[in-house]
Amino acid sequence: MFALSKRSLIKLNVNQEEYEVFIRPSDILLFTLREQLGLTGAKPGCYNGDCGACTVLVDGLPVKSCLMLTAEAIGKQITTVEGLKDAPIQKAFIEQFAFQCGYCTSGFLMVCHALANRHPNPPDIVIDEWLQSNICRCTSYEEIGNAIRKVLSGTCK
Amino acid sequence: MIPFDFEYYRPDTMQEATDIFRQLESEGKTPVYYSGGTELISMARVGNVIFDAAIDIKNIPECRVLEYDQDNNLVLGSALTLSEITESNQFPLLGKTAGRIADHTMQCKITLGGNLASTIIYRETVLPLLTAESRAVVASHDGLREYPINEIFNQRLNLEKGSFLVKIVTNRGFAESPYFHIKKTKNEKIDYPLLTTAGIKVGGMLRIPFSGLCSYPFRSMQIENILNDTGSFEERADKIADTVSENILNDTSGSSEYRKFVLKNTIINVLETMKDV
Repeated sequence: MFALSKRSLIKLNVNQEEYEVFIRPSDILLFTLREQLGLTGAKPGCYNGDCGACTVLVDGLPVKSCLMLTAEAIGKQITTVEGLKDAPIQKAFIEQFAFQCGYCTSGFLMVCHALANRHPNPPDIVIDEWLQSNICRCTSYEEIGNAIRKVLSGTCK
Repeated sequence: MIPFDFEYYRPDTMQEATDIFRQLESEGKTPVYYSGGTELISMARVGNVIFDAAIDIKNIPECRVLEYDQDNNLVLGSALTLSEITESNQFPLLGKTAGRIADHTMQCKITLGGNLASTIIYRETVLPLLTAESRAVVASHDGLREYPINEIFNQRLNLEKGSFLVKIVTNRGFAESPYFHIKKTKNEKIDYPLLTTAGIKVGGMLRIPFSGLCSYPFRSMQIENILNDTGSFEERADKIADTVSENILNDTSGSSEYRKFVLKNTIINVLETMKDV
């Protein structure tokens, strides 16, 4: 049985690199990524799983890192926006002007990237369902939808 | 950030889980079982819950099972996420219900057991289980026990201290029955329900449980007798509304009068949709 009873040194796999970090068992993943690893792409927003600004991928699936313990992520593959490295969705966001202030962008990018990987040809209802996990206060929803559709149609690589 | 410290345990077996729970208790600590963790983390962050240890059950194989057993029962582990259940499509009504809880990203973290045991009053995943006469397999220090969901879930999941939900067992015939699912919210698609119903038709009879109507999810034989009786759809809807009117929720999401109005329309909708099924 794996156990963490106090502040301990653990290994995390983030963006295909192994990191050693000191964590409290009660630390949340968002905090560890930002404060310990300096990966500030995942944004703190509501801390309550509502806004999606902190979304990262865990084993390829989108997860709100404000609602995941760092301890849960041990042994998982974590991907942050820093790990996308010129993914098609990033190019599409630029081409489609899919952001304004940019605070929500990394969260939307992670959801869109996961969607494109898991459902290469999804119906509109699936696209809508995935995108409804995130909030954009600048209301760039139309452009964000255009960006993901561009990637899914293969016209942005 | 969670403003207090706790210990974290990830057992590999049910025995390890119940043993560590008992051991921690004997040390005067307060352990909790932990699955998806979304509710526990958000409550812990604001001090609404405090505990000394989280026992994460997601590594226990029995809690992650998704298969048909030799008796043709669908077995769903309590630590399956809502999105895993939806994507498997093994229990279409449960998948549909799970797919309308929170948002898609949250569905990748919230688990079946976590939703059933949550403190939030809606616990919508219980609706298909109540109609399908599912059974709940519970682990305690004394071993495994199986309970009809209608027994162990009375307004909420009633587990003895130190025990945890391992899996849900459902007969294939019920899991694949013709179904309906209606979720009405105040405004946004992603919200707590004004009213959710998720039922099936078995042997020509409709089964209709509710969440959001009262302060707990429920299935009522009295309501189903009226629903399956003769009379116009409107008459049946009126009678059902009258039987529950005293207990209908009245809050900022919707007044009891409005919920009653939604209830009547929903019942008529169900009757019309399912009449030829």
